[in-house]
Amino acid sequence: MADQPTQRGRVRPAPEHFLNEADITAVKEGRRDFLRNAFISASAALAGTGAARAAEGDPNILTLPPWTTSLGQPVAARPYGLPSQYEKGLQRRESPGLTRLPQVSVSFAPLQGLFGIITPSGLHFERHHQGWSDIDPSKHRLMVHGTDDGFVKQPKVYTVDDILRLPPVSRMHFIECGANTGMEWGNVAVPTVQYSHGMLSCSEFTGVPLRLILEDCGVDWKKAKYILAEGADGSSMTRTIPIELVQSDEVLVAYGQNGEMLRPENGYPLRLIVPGVQGVSWVKWLRRIEVGDKPWATKDEAIHYIDLLPDGQHRQYTSTQECKSVITTPSGGQILLDKGFYNISGLAWSGRGKIKRVDVSTDGGINWRPARIEGPTLSKCLTRFNIDWVWDGKPAILQSRAMDETGYVQPGYGQLRAARGTKSIYHNNAIQSWKVVESGDVSNVQVL
Amino acid sequence: MSRFSKTLITLAVLASAGSALAEGKYTGVGRGALPAEIHAWDIDVRPDFKGLRPGSGSVAQGEETWEAKCTSCHGSFGESNEVHTPLIGGTTKDDIKTGHVLSLVKGDAPQRTAIMKVATVSTLFDYINRSMPLTAPKSLSNNEVYGLLAYLLNQAEIVPADFVLTDKNIAEAQARMPNRNGMRTDHGMWPGAPATKGGIGNGGKPDTKNTACMSNCKTEVKVASLLPVYAETAHGNLAEQNRSVGPVRGKDTSGKAPVAPAAPSDNAAATKLATDSGCMACHGVANKIVGPGYNEVAAKYKGLADAEAKLAAKVKAGGQGVWGAIPMPPQNQLKDGDIRSLVKWILSGAKAQ
Repeated sequence: MADQPTQRGRVRPAPEHFLNEADITAVKEGRRDFLRNAFISASAALAGTGAARAAEGDPNILTLPPWTTSLGQPVAARPYGLPSQYEKGLQRRESPGLTRLPQVSVSFAPLQGLFGIITPSGLHFERHHQGWSDIDPSKHRLMVHGTDDGFVKQPKVYTVDDILRLPPVSRMHFIECGANTGMEWGNVAVPTVQYSHGMLSCSEFTGVPLRLILEDCGVDWKKAKYILAEGADGSSMTRTIPIELVQSDEVLVAYGQNGEMLRPENGYPLRLIVPGVQGVSWVKWLRRIEVGDKPWATKDEAIHYIDLLPDGQHRQYTSTQECKSVITTPSGGQILLDKGFYNISGLAWSGRGKIKRVDVSTDGGINWRPARIEGPTLSKCLTRFNIDWVWDGKPAILQSRAMDETGYVQPGYGQLRAARGTKSIYHNNAIQSWKVVESGDVSNVQVL
Repeated sequence: MSRFSKTLITLAVLASAGSALAEGKYTGVGRGALPAEIHAWDIDVRPDFKGLRPGSGSVAQGEETWEAKCTSCHGSFGESNEVHTPLIGGTTKDDIKTGHVLSLVKGDAPQRTAIMKVATVSTLFDYINRSMPLTAPKSLSNNEVYGLLAYLLNQAEIVPADFVLTDKNIAEAQARMPNRNGMRTDHGMWPGAPATKGGIGNGGKPDTKNTACMSNCKTEVKVASLLPVYAETAHGNLAEQNRSVGPVRGKDTSGKAPVAPAAPSDNAAATKLATDSGCMACHGVANKIVGPGYNEVAAKYKGLADAEAKLAAKVKAGGQGVWGAIPMPPQNQLKDGDIRSLVKWILSGAKAQ
């Protein structure tokens, strides 16, 4: 026991708060026993001496804390509940220098600290093209019409009251920005999974299949080939969506997210849900659906969200988010507290259907083991996987590799670059690698 | 039945069928859109210029609007890199002939301007019309959009300086776009009908083919890229972006040596004492909970000569009736010194720090 004090419990503050100068030197030199030393000095600070503490027991057990010896807070003290004050580190954040205006920007979800598959609505990633507004739902309208007469028999206007009267479905789906992991096409650029993969979230959405609304307007399915979806924000962002996805009943006009209304940042009061397709097509603040027979080549499918190839050509109308996975813990920017047992945990998803299998490697991809699937496996939804790992204190490279129900296997960086070069920006679904060194530091690396 | 009444019945049946059709299955939900409403919102323009409203604007008119409304973000010539990626630059007269931007092939441009990428003038018209200027979208007139577009196309040497862009000649301008042949759709990432069935793409065929090898998949691990040192600290202190419990901690990337926490002030110590002793369960600092708020207590004792001693005695012995029917239990467990600290703190305004 004496040489493994850090396994005694999870009751101490983070060791980085207790580093003295010698410890800092040790960190810089890459020695991992600095953590042990840090713990001993922390223990000494808390309990007088380490020996006294060992003899008497944990003061957190022996001296009852105030929450055990007092009356707690009343009900409804916080009418809309908030996370614990100790969870403040997990927030959505911007990546400095990525964008130039905060209204035309991105915030990333803190994947490094999330469990399961559902993203808390307040931590859902954001991407706005011209800022967000909190729209008065009594003044919001959804218009459905055709490019010409004949695509729909009766163009219609729906209020939010109208949409909430229609029969809904509730489904869990992931949403991933097409540019997620875009900074990493050429080389490692960001330190943590929040910034490398955090334009990814997953919610239960409640809404009306768009098919029902189009049928309510008397759509001519034979003539209709595409729809255009448009938002009510300043950008009035538009995207072309294939009619086949609407006919499959997958595309929803949603108002609910995780049991409550959509958050304003996520499109309150109405947003389009386009499962498996990149987030830009999930038009927020949805105000208009046009039914037509040709794609529109809108700004976000003709200037942005086009994928540059090595031959100088751009791929246009790339929409599907292909099968991808990432280990969220341990991940870049984290420190393992000691040798011994760890649960490696991560997320896998595919825009083409269900996740079939996830394999994990701890040696940089030489050998792989199948991971456990932790919760439900749903189509076009995040799937949480985990696997046992006993860290022996030696360098390791952690990777996950997902396979979807079509049999497609997530590619490595070498394979992806051979197909698309390094300047595509969008649709980087390469295998992510996290390097663990002897000090316990985990960092972002790329393995070919 | 007379022939006349038969006709009436037929008409009535037709009318009811018609109304059922108009209202669809969901009776009473939604209403017909009026032509003026559709006209107000349906402003999109397709690459075949379906949706484009007639109008015109000259390069000179566009320049005037540009100087007034666009230069602050995009620079005088659409070249500015200050607020946005440049709009204009990186294309040549030769690109206008071929429809391929050569610098995209060579990869020698410092960044991709909008004009290097976009293949369709319709896209530019639609976007300027619906989204620009950034702070006042949809404030431009139809002719102003034509003029601005003429000015931009002239900056890219696609149209001459005396050009007047109209709905009649906009397709000719599109036929001169330097990257008009720069798009391809033969990929597997379109989720609708493939090109062979009148849609887009190859029907979902991926461009990589990894296999799920399980053991001895390679002989060496090639680390191609590491996190640059500057990037580790560019995203703030990672220690503060991770949970403070669990199997891992965030790395301290603040670049600062950790400092010992400052000695707590008397107020902070008293706040902690009040919290730890359970006082705060019944008393708010500035509000009544079960018992009175500390602000009310301080107000009541204000100016009394022996306020501290009196309040200390009350705390120790408890009481009932002064503030209402619910009694305050005696606080015998508190040390006299702690009671003195608490009382002093309450009477001084119960500040947190």
